[in-house]
Amino acid sequence: MEKFIKLESFCVPLNMENIDTDQIIPARFLKAINKDSFGKNLFRDWRYNKNNEPKADFVLNDSTYNGNILLVGRNFGCGSSREHAAWAIKDYGFKVVISSFFADIFKNNALNNGLLPLQVSDNFLSLIFDKVYNNPKTLIRVDLANSKIEIIETGEFENFEINEYKKTCLISGYDDIDYLLSIKNEISEFEKIGSSSL
Amino acid sequence: MINKSKTLFDKIWKKHIVKKIEGGPEVLYIDKHFIHEVTSPQAFEGLSQRGINVFRTSNTIATADHNVPTINQHLPIKDKLSKIQVETLRENCSKFGVELFDLEHKYQGIVHIIGPELGITKPGMTIVCGDSHTATHGAFGSIAFGIGTSEVEMVLASQCLMQNKPKQMRLNINGTLNKYVTAKDIILYIISEISSSGATGHFIEYSGSTIDNLSMDERMTICNMSIEMGARGGMIAPDETTYSYMTERVFAPKGDDFEKAKQNWTKLFSDSDAKFDKEYHFNAADIKPMITFGTNPGMGININKTIPYFENQKTEKNENSYNKALNYMGFKQGESLIGKKINYIFVGSCTNGRLADLRIFSEIVKGRKKAENIIAYIVPGSKKVEQQAKEEGIEDILNKAGFELRQPGCSACLAMNDDKVPQGEYCVSTSNRNFEGRQGEGSKTILASPLIAAVTAITGEIVDLDIFFISRSRPSV
Ligand code: SF4
Repeated sequence: MEKFIKLESFCVPLNMENIDTDQIIPARFLKAINKDSFGKNLFRDWRYNKNNEPKADFVLNDSTYNGNILLVGRNFGCGSSREHAAWAIKDYGFKVVISSFFADIFKNNALNNGLLPLQVSDNFLSLIFDKVYNNPKTLIRVDLANSKIEIIETGEFENFEINEYKKTCLISGYDDIDYLLSIKNEISEFEKIGSSSL
Repeated sequence: MINKSKTLFDKIWKKHIVKKIEGGPEVLYIDKHFIHEVTSPQAFEGLSQRGINVFRTSNTIATADHNVPTINQHLPIKDKLSKIQVETLRENCSKFGVELFDLEHKYQGIVHIIGPELGITKPGMTIVCGDSHTATHGAFGSIAFGIGTSEVEMVLASQCLMQNKPKQMRLNINGTLNKYVTAKDIILYIISEISSSGATGHFIEYSGSTIDNLSMDERMTICNMSIEMGARGGMIAPDETTYSYMTERVFAPKGDDFEKAKQNWTKLFSDSDAKFDKEYHFNAADIKPMITFGTNPGMGININKTIPYFENQKTEKNENSYNKALNYMGFKQGESLIGKKINYIFVGSCTNGRLADLRIFSEIVKGRKKAENIIAYIVPGSKKVEQQAKEEGIEDILNKAGFELRQPGCSACLAMNDDKVPQGEYCVSTSNRNFEGRQGEGSKTILASPLIAAVTAITGEIVDLDIFFISRSRPSV
């Protein structure tokens, strides 16, 4: 897994709540058998019309906004467990998604792919939205080691919560499978005692 | 004194902890892992790249469901990419030694339908699958939840997952249900009350007299949609209804083994003073037949009520999103949906694709005729459901009323195969998600019970159920 430590970037704002994974990557694009190139279909039906022409009013088609941070409303990533959603966001070039609330499975999927789901308070989220809509060149600094997110220009910041274990994984680029494979003997021992009542 | 009382969830969770990482997650052992063609290929690829095998093939069961055609399953799959995906599943299962219920296998079907009906799903288990509706299996008193593909790879590689223990919520529903109210209405009602994110971070236990009186098929419909409130999963303590469902299932223990297992299962309940992080109480009498009007399952109303104005509803917080949803659906605040013309019906999915659902549907369409304008996808959840529907004469009833019973698969629930709802068309659907484009690009989904789907299929529009059943009584034969 790719390591994540620090990032300074502009944001791409998408001020919608309850964005589900069917919007992030529609089911008809889930037929691939590898993880590559989902980025081109990220937000496909919001991004392109029926004739595959870009919709001018969708933020990914608006050159005013760019950067490695996707800024979204609460309950982001709800619905289907498809990890393709995290792959699509990552493949498009985002490294961080900022919201005030993430759906559980999406959050895990993102973390398992080195994409940081960064949860801030509702207030701080609307503050960032305001700043970015006012000035698309608003720089945001994400400092994972110190769990700190800052609007560089004004110095306004918030400390965000992240599971310490997951933080270490992200910073070192280490994933759960590496760990689980290293304790296979313990798992086999556990099985002998009998895991369940069955 | 320390409170030693445990919830049903606590009891099962504790039994499955291999070890706890200091200051981090716990290593949770998984008893049963279901896989399917869409979310597994990249996980198997990961195993190949690492040069490792499936750790416990006997804990793993595969089926082809998400992407398969629902007619002519004996012919090669026409869609090139779907075909590759199903073939990749076949290759992976044979290479890694995983049992596969392939197309045309007598046990094939939607992953969450076949686990229970074959007796693979049992009380007290931990169960995962790369699909968010894995919660369905919780109806048997198991901890069952959906996972992403990286996690599928972890379970294949080690039979374990790294998990933080979720919070717990109990939803109590008591009392007798109103006329025309089914399990689907119960769960749509609850989601409309606590919103599509109201249970995020939680595992749900459903209890109360209303739940006790439901059949297993109905309990599965309820647990199935736990994820639509954001919950990791939902569960119901096993009882006599559970045990009698489980007797004589193909893979369930038999005879003395069953009795022995049952002794353990009867310990699976929440202690009377067990604590939950959140608790809600609902009165069955308040629940009316439900439909959705928006683009998430929390946007649901009593079929006879009007669409609430933004300021009068409690689940949607962002006016922008609320308006965008109504705009997408072509509805207005304050409007009634009665009289809306509907051209598509979908009966099926892991929510309502079981025999009980087909029975409700056929009971209503029996002796009536499908409305001219209606195109219906009636899709059994599994080969077994299909076969039983034929044996019971359900297919016959459907055919006489102008419907056709298709072959098992996820079908128009996510429209990865050819069963799609066209751009701009409304579909009254018994599935679980009304997201934009879920049933095909530009499709507009109205979630409802099989009962409402049947009535809509006969009338071609959304109608008041009382009026339908009183004034449109069956033509006498
Ligand atoms: S029927 Fe729908 S929700 Fe159920 S497993 Fe298939 S795609 Fe998922």
